Amino acid sequence: MAIARTHILVCGGTGCSSSHSQALIDELNRELEEKGLLGEVQVIKTGCFGLCALGPVVVVYPEGCFYSHVTEADIPEIVEEHILKGRIVTRLLYQETVVDDKTIKNLNHTKFYEKQHRVALRNCGVINPENIDEYIAMDGYEALGRVLTQMTPDEVIQTIKDSGLRGRGGGGFPTGQKWFFARQSKGDVKYVCCNADEGDPGAFMDRSVLEGDPHVVLEAMTIAGYAIGAHQGYIYVRAEYPIAIHRLEIAIKQAREYGFLGNDIFGTGFAFDIELRLGSGAFVCGEETALMTSIEGHRGEPRPRPPFPAVKGLFGVPTILNNVETWANIPRIILNGADWFAGMGTERSKGTKVFCLVGKINNTGLVEIPMGTTLREIVEDIGGCIPNGKKFKAAQTGGPSGGCIPASLIDTPIDYDNLIAIGSMMGSGGLIVMDEDTCMVDIAKFFLEFTVDESCGKCTPCRVGTRRLLEMLEQITSGNGTLELLREMEELCYYIKANSLCALGQSAPNPVLSTLHYFRDEYEAHCVEKRCPAGVCKKLTRFVIEEEKCKGCTACARACPVNAIIGEVRKPHHIDPEKCIKCGACMETCRFNAIVKR
Amino acid sequence: MAKRKTVVPFHGTAEQEKQLRELIAAHKEQQGALMPVLQGAQEIYGYLPIEVQTIIAEELNIPLAEVYGVVTFYAQFTLNPRGTYNIGVCMGTACYVKGAGDVLERIQKRLGIEPGGTTPDGRFSLEATRCIGACGLAPVMTINEDVYGRLTPDEVDKILDKYL
Repeated sequence: MAIARTHILVCGGTGCSSSHSQALIDELNRELEEKGLLGEVQVIKTGCFGLCALGPVVVVYPEGCFYSHVTEADIPEIVEEHILKGRIVTRLLYQETVVDDKTIKNLNHTKFYEKQHRVALRNCGVINPENIDEYIAMDGYEALGRVLTQMTPDEVIQTIKDSGLRGRGGGGFPTGQKWFFARQSKGDVKYVCCNADEGDPGAFMDRSVLEGDPHVVLEAMTIAGYAIGAHQGYIYVRAEYPIAIHRLEIAIKQAREYGFLGNDIFGTGFAFDIELRLGSGAFVCGEETALMTSIEGHRGEPRPRPPFPAVKGLFGVPTILNNVETWANIPRIILNGADWFAGMGTERSKGTKVFCLVGKINNTGLVEIPMGTTLREIVEDIGGCIPNGKKFKAAQTGGPSGGCIPASLIDTPIDYDNLIAIGSMMGSGGLIVMDEDTCMVDIAKFFLEFTVDESCGKCTPCRVGTRRLLEMLEQITSGNGTLELLREMEELCYYIKANSLCALGQSAPNPVLSTLHYFRDEYEAHCVEKRCPAGVCKKLTRFVIEEEKCKGCTACARACPVNAIIGEVRKPHHIDPEKCIKCGACMETCRFNAIVKR
Repeated sequence: MAKRKTVVPFHGTAEQEKQLRELIAAHKEQQGALMPVLQGAQEIYGYLPIEVQTIIAEELNIPLAEVYGVVTFYAQFTLNPRGTYNIGVCMGTACYVKGAGDVLERIQKRLGIEPGGTTPDGRFSLEATRCIGACGLAPVMTINEDVYGRLTPDEVDKILDKYL
């Protein structure tokens, strides 16, 4: 590798790529070439830095300058001022890193990064994911070497068991235990699978790992292959993630060239190879048995368990399936030891967890925290609170299978068991923040629409039950709900949970049950008072002009598309509820904030 | 109905069929070949009409009913050609709480089509997509490969104008 005096890291994750970070790279290279700096300054496309809200992000080392919201027009200035003359472009710096005119703070000491601890994401935003040498420079493939040359399969499994690592895809099953079962199963052919079918809306942890550090998954799967006695691995990845797929393809090719995949890995005679399989847009395929049915080339319908995949999985042979983030922890555990990993986290949830912090929050992005961190620390310290000074109402975890955590439980330490106890679940790690403008009934309806659409149709409780549940929610949000209906709805929820075939159906009622538990008053307001407190459900919202504030300027009356606002000039106006179509145009126009939603 | 049935007459070329047969030959020996073949076939033709499914069924020796069953199961397979510009409005949770519903509604009104539909001139098709993972930019829409983030309904109009 050529030695460069300066490295310019440009985020190439999906978030920043969507705001055209590739154009920044092209522009940087062009400018550097023009100034004759190409050899001594290197531009590197990395994975996600985590602070997606500030994208596109450019970081210049050795100074560690974190430039945010960079546009193509800023590039000549960065090259001319910073690279050529050594003067930092302060106006582009992430404000939190600026101490005063002369000093900048290390990124790791900003509020967003301070409480984070990066294990699974350690290489994301640090290395060039398309270059295997950079992964190797970060101790890559060293764990595989140690496993193949110094450890027996049983020792590997014992290490993973001792670390206390649990599945990061949502279920939280002990990983070492899973490997142990697969090793016990008799058979010449076994498979190792990676679940990269990250379907939860608002979750992109797995994608970020694949985009930022694809080799870690390949290395970990090969280690597992050795531990259970498998020689073939499959990565099932969502077709919606083109960048991740592209980088995985490059990584697999490079690993084969270097002999980390193939017939005689590290000269030990151990053979292992990995094939990529793409999903085609079916949420249920994130369920382990459905994923395997899909790889086999069928409709992605789940199968009853037992037999569990560790006994009879893909193509009918023993198989282990782990989630991307779970895999990303494995090489570190081998290198640093089980005790190191078990030293982080809480009693029954060890290590760290990656969350995608999204929704109504200032610092949208990717965060990795030790288990046991409280929701308050995530929202207030790392997330930097809620935009526009609004109040925190709830956080949703676990996607369509999870639930809402209300403001009253914001000090709950986050781990697998605590989340289950308060009616939510870890899920894969989506954490969606909601403020006072969010209607909880509407959110429950949103998730039910999702599950109704994604139910595979194989079992009746899920196929018909979720549809009935959605109809009930629609009744409530359109003003036809009753307290009796709430009771029926709750009963149906428990029925669906108890009788569905797979995790999709069993967990589909969770968003309803948890909102019903913590926000029953909102449901009751919809049913009894026929009112949506957050003003979201259109059929229940009424626009009203507050007489004392109205100046009679007629602006609203002119803005109304259906002439529903009547009144004389300079006298308070009022809205005819019969004519009003609730478009909100009047509210936007009013300069005196006289129009409110009730 | 368009979701279950092809409504456009089939105009496949000999060149496309040659590509398809080569694709099938490359995957034939693989376990679970159907999915990769369908994904490749959709890249060749842009959609999966019954004529294409029939060739795949015969060549892979899988009943046509099963091929059709798989095609209609997965959201990304389509029985009808998409528009020149395929608009996807992300309906992931982050986008939804930040107003993706209003964005979708504006596009529907403007183009006069529902999600899953194509304009009569074949220029635009519209889809409400699953989370594309660009939650930091919510709400987000895509037009073919281009991604537009932090949208408001008014901006949608300006963006669509560029494609008219």
